[in-house]
Amino acid sequence: MAVLSEEQSMLRDAAKSWVQEKSPVTAFRKMRDSGAELGYDVAAWNEMAEMGWAGVIIPEEYGGSNFGYLSLGLVLEELGRTLTASPLLSSGLAAASALILGGSDAQKSEWLPKIAEGTAVGALAIDEGAHHAPDKVATVFKDGKITGKKTFVLEGMAAGIIIVSGKGPDGVGLYLVKGDDAGVKRTRLSLADSRGAANIEFNGAAAEPLSGGADLIDKVLDRARAGVAAEMLGSAIQAFETTLDYLKVRVQFGQVIGSFQALQHRAAKMFTDLELSRSAVEAALAAIDADSPDVPELVSLAKAKMGDTFHLVSNEMVQMHGGIGMTDAHDAGFYLKRARAAEAAFGNQAFHRDRYARIQGY
Amino acid sequence: MADFGGTDLETFRTSAREWIAANFPAALKGKPNPMAGEERGGKPSAEQEAWRKAMGDKGWGVPTWPAAYGGGGLSGGEARVIQQELNRAGAYNPIGGMGVMMFGPTLLEYGTEAQKQEHIPPIVRGEIAWCQGFSEPGAGSDLASLSTKAIDKGDHFEIDGSKIWTSGAQWADWCFCLVRTDTSKKHEGISFVLFTMHQPGVEVRPIPLIAGSSPFCETFFTSARAEKKDLVGPLNGGWTIAKRLLQHERSGLTGAGGGLGSGGKPLEQLAKEYVGVDEKGRIADSDLRTRLVNNAINWRAFQQTAVRAMMEAKGNAGPSSATSIMKNAGTQLIQERQEMTLEIMGHQGLGWEGDDFAPEELAAVRGWLFGKAFTIFGGSQEVQSNIVSKRILGLPDLTQNH
Repeated sequence: MAVLSEEQSMLRDAAKSWVQEKSPVTAFRKMRDSGAELGYDVAAWNEMAEMGWAGVIIPEEYGGSNFGYLSLGLVLEELGRTLTASPLLSSGLAAASALILGGSDAQKSEWLPKIAEGTAVGALAIDEGAHHAPDKVATVFKDGKITGKKTFVLEGMAAGIIIVSGKGPDGVGLYLVKGDDAGVKRTRLSLADSRGAANIEFNGAAAEPLSGGADLIDKVLDRARAGVAAEMLGSAIQAFETTLDYLKVRVQFGQVIGSFQALQHRAAKMFTDLELSRSAVEAALAAIDADSPDVPELVSLAKAKMGDTFHLVSNEMVQMHGGIGMTDAHDAGFYLKRARAAEAAFGNQAFHRDRYARIQGY
Repeated sequence: MADFGGTDLETFRTSAREWIAANFPAALKGKPNPMAGEERGGKPSAEQEAWRKAMGDKGWGVPTWPAAYGGGGLSGGEARVIQQELNRAGAYNPIGGMGVMMFGPTLLEYGTEAQKQEHIPPIVRGEIAWCQGFSEPGAGSDLASLSTKAIDKGDHFEIDGSKIWTSGAQWADWCFCLVRTDTSKKHEGISFVLFTMHQPGVEVRPIPLIAGSSPFCETFFTSARAEKKDLVGPLNGGWTIAKRLLQHERSGLTGAGGGLGSGGKPLEQLAKEYVGVDEKGRIADSDLRTRLVNNAINWRAFQQTAVRAMMEAKGNAGPSSATSIMKNAGTQLIQERQEMTLEIMGHQGLGWEGDDFAPEELAAVRGWLFGKAFTIFGGSQEVQSNIVSKRILGLPDLTQNH
């Protein structure tokens, strides 16, 4: 755990106790069973927004607290522990960062306060195929209108404001589209991890450019990647701790299975990978706060390492629980499904390994 | 780094810089540290001797040790400044070895006042080389099953038995040694004693390894003598001290300083030269490239973890339990790198000796072979995993050992 300021410790403690009281995994299960259209519990999201979490990175003049990305990462980590589904990442991090970094004063004034108070949900629409490939952009912006198809847009159904990548007269960049525009057609996706996502068609929807071009896309994506990695860290740690608890109580052959060295050494390996992953995730978030030139490589490092670790831990969670881990009544499956969705979000391990090597020049 | 700054440190930095400029012999600038070589034993030059003496008298070889025993008596921040200024001047710290890395810190914690007065100052001045009498032919990972015996002879102990893997025993002046003083108990029958290596009852034989010659030795004791005053801690209370010493050893092996980290060219640069690149400038062997980047990512996360552990432990004395994770993570990554170095060099990475191979090619083979020891010594990979399981994760201990 990074060395925190007093404000950061308070924020983390508040998130921890709210998650334990109001949003245990049973809340996620209830949301899934209810078939919630948006893929999250609106009442819970309103509570989060009331506590100011949607405005953690937003400047105070626009209604936020300007606490930075490491601070928001602490909240996302705690939410990740119980798989709490919310638009915090899409809206309070990805869309908010796009506006902060590339928005005009008018755009910021119109949208950031609403995002900070949770009355508007933002989403980031980048990919156009089955894989994360931000460089492949067929969506076109012309004469104030945007046309194209975007896939796997997180919180795409809930979004009142969509940040869309497209090719304009001056190259690729990001564009701001209102969710209720007549030219926006959304298709709700039912995904294994039960979270809210949509495919979205833009048919000449009204769009306003943000400034910053391709560079802005990279910057916003890197912030989203670091955020999802922070959430994955919390999920992976909880998956590990739940499994570790089980190793200490499940008895076979007359002893707890945690006394078997074959399982102990796999547990030690997971613990080691979690420690390395935490270092990588915190370093990436801190680099964003410091506006370091190393952000791209540190973010790819964190997303790749965190992805591998969550992948391993989620598989081991099912395996070490045995038959009970295969049942829908147990939480293990939730972590396994969420792991793969989170790994794929904004670039999987292969994407980020390749990117890391390219940045390093090989 | 901002948090290491402050006016006092800057004043200290100026004086450290001046002292190094006045005392570090120009002839040694940029030269390797003779303490770092595995092949020691050559006679030191006059400049090397002068530098050792200057640093030893100043106490800056062990800057954070208490001034009462000749140490620098400085803060961690000041110690870092000294290291930074040494680097800046192209100088090395001539005070090192097992006395500095393991034995000194342990004796400062567990020794009597008289023992500290006798043994710490010669370590500080770099005058006495210590070796570690721990492992035995029958006691490797199960160290506590050791059987080298020490019999009470009134004013001294008489020691019979043998030790193995005693690094540097052929150059050592003194030995810190685990001996059995009670055969009826396992852990509670072990004592921690000190004795000189320069006595008739001690015989040392170097062990050639798969990588060629090595610093490791077999050491035989036949009625060797350890004085009673050189018993550290209580009789039969040596195991606690040994565990503490091993923590120092492990943190030294893979600490933030990267004790085992290999220098030389970055691996990916080596790969580009030996294997070539494709039209996009990527390493032509895509399978190798993937493994290289995986290792690079893990290696960097490992370094980030060392930094994080240091920041978190600030203010706490001594190594944390994180060192157990660090040893396994670090040594496995180094071994991977050594394997890939060989693979990258192809047939040129298989040379044993001769002019057909570049020095770095020959060094790669020896490094790869010697590196196999990293996951065996200082607590094997398996023992480290046992320690993490029990001490950190709270899983049941089957070995009843750690």
